[in-house]
Amino acid sequence: MALDKATVARIAALARIRVTEEEQTRLAGELSQILTWIEQLGEVDTSGIEPMASVTHLKLPMRDDKVTDGGIRDKLLANMPSDNAAAKARGFFAVPKVVE
Amino acid sequence: MTALTELGLAEARDGLLAKKFSARELAEAHVKAVEAARPLNAYLVETPEKARTMAAASDERIARGEARALEGLPLAIKDLFCTEDVQTTAGSKILKGFKPPYESTVTANLWRDGAVMLGKVNMDEFAMGSSNATCAHGHVENPWRRRGDNRPLVPGGSSGGSAAAVAARAALAATGTDTGGSIRQPASFCGIVGLKPTYGRCSRWGIVAFASSLDQAGPMTRSVKDAALMLQSMAGHDPKDSTSANVPVPDFAQALTGDIRGMKIGIPREYRLEGMPAEIEALWQRGIDWIKAAGASPVEVSLKLTKYALPVYYIIAPAEASSNLARYDGVRFGMRVNGETLDDMYEATRAEGFGPEVRRRILIGTYVLSAGYYDAYYLKAQKVRALIAKDFDDAFQHCDALLTPTAPSAAFAIGDKADDPIAMYLNDVFTVTVNLAGLPGLSVPAGLSSDGLPLGLQVIGRAFDEETVLRVGGVIEQAAQFTAKPEFIAGVAR
Repeated sequence: MALDKATVARIAALARIRVTEEEQTRLAGELSQILTWIEQLGEVDTSGIEPMASVTHLKLPMRDDKVTDGGIRDKLLANMPSDNAAAKARGFFAVPKVVE
Repeated sequence: MTALTELGLAEARDGLLAKKFSARELAEAHVKAVEAARPLNAYLVETPEKARTMAAASDERIARGEARALEGLPLAIKDLFCTEDVQTTAGSKILKGFKPPYESTVTANLWRDGAVMLGKVNMDEFAMGSSNATCAHGHVENPWRRRGDNRPLVPGGSSGGSAAAVAARAALAATGTDTGGSIRQPASFCGIVGLKPTYGRCSRWGIVAFASSLDQAGPMTRSVKDAALMLQSMAGHDPKDSTSANVPVPDFAQALTGDIRGMKIGIPREYRLEGMPAEIEALWQRGIDWIKAAGASPVEVSLKLTKYALPVYYIIAPAEASSNLARYDGVRFGMRVNGETLDDMYEATRAEGFGPEVRRRILIGTYVLSAGYYDAYYLKAQKVRALIAKDFDDAFQHCDALLTPTAPSAAFAIGDKADDPIAMYLNDVFTVTVNLAGLPGLSVPAGLSSDGLPLGLQVIGRAFDEETVLRVGGVIEQAAQFTAKPEFIAGVAR
């Protein structure tokens, strides 16, 4: 399937990756090439086949709903991008304003 | 005496226990080798002080008669493993400077058993690549060169730094991870042993996630025995990874009996690719002759969906990656590029932080998961994946293990295939099926190409039957007598 620039722009927005006009054209070509190659899967008859999400046939384990970790605020904040020293000192992450 | 950097894990451990040399001497020899290996760009972070401290502790344990399984043995760690207070970037700019406040389970297991850390080794960005061309920190050079040709070659990928370091004698062994061939293909390109265990054998906790249903950690070593020893420490159930298998871990070294008499070894018909180099065919035939000579019988089996494995992989892996990599948003750790709004910040950070191949895969993954395309791509791929796994189940009705080439070529020159993503993806044609089915696969160096580069053979086994894989691999290793060494040995010009 051939992807056009508009589709590239749309999925880039979904993926939160800024893509310039120029890159959109290049990516449309590259992604189309990959998708066309992938589409050979259409040749395989998969009627009645259950999709396989994981090779683990085991049932996922359950555990008690208890707090097992925590109290590590400073560790969590330790890698915050460096221009956030003020927020770090006060114990939270800072982001651009999201509420008007 | 053999140089300390030439030893295997097992020999080095024996030497330490016999007090022929100390862990400090062994560490010092490797610290020097790591420095000497800098032209390869294999190490991103060197941790000589850590190596010395850990080695000193090992010497004390040995003196007290309390040596553990990997006591004093210096290892390189792929940059995908989180290592406490030691920079972990997954080969990406977006994690520059990230120092994890915790240790991955697999590396914690290695340190628990006495191993010594030399540093973090380079890799394709987020493990997405087959040549180490996508590293944000510059490409890694293969220590091998073609005969009569001085062009630098790729080490394979994504665990290219691991493979190059082990081949160049700048570590006794290294950790790798394998999502579509990332342990086995670089092992083949660099002339070392690489084992991808069964999915669930090693915990994924603390390993930077690429494609969670496919990722698996494993050892990269210079012998099959060393792979068995190292896997012994890496493996085991971990409650922190819900897909980690709660099954007993056998004594892998015990499996290396050298006896494969009466075994049936499957030779998959569909792996005879059109246009495959004659020397790969010839190597495969030699492997078949070796297992015959050892008393096993080759049987032809069919893995009829082999040609669809890569397209399936290039839907499933990017889909999972697009979700896993959503966490790199500039808020809590790693790189941040400021913007007016929160979305501006996300978009600018991710555009600047991710390299072209990672961006490409995130976009593919986003597309195949998006409304209207989910069924046509993602669900379809999951169904074909089920059929690929069934192909293996059927094949294992007729045999105990499979023997195939590891990769369709030897190492290629840096820059080759760079313009064509699909040509690059085809490197994994023989390895990727194994990840989709969750099986163990082992690459063993088995011969040299006509221009003097190493080539590997791959042994594939049933789920949780690494023992058979190692046993057959041991027989191939014994028969191949692979003693060739790369052009570049750390600190020693040959």
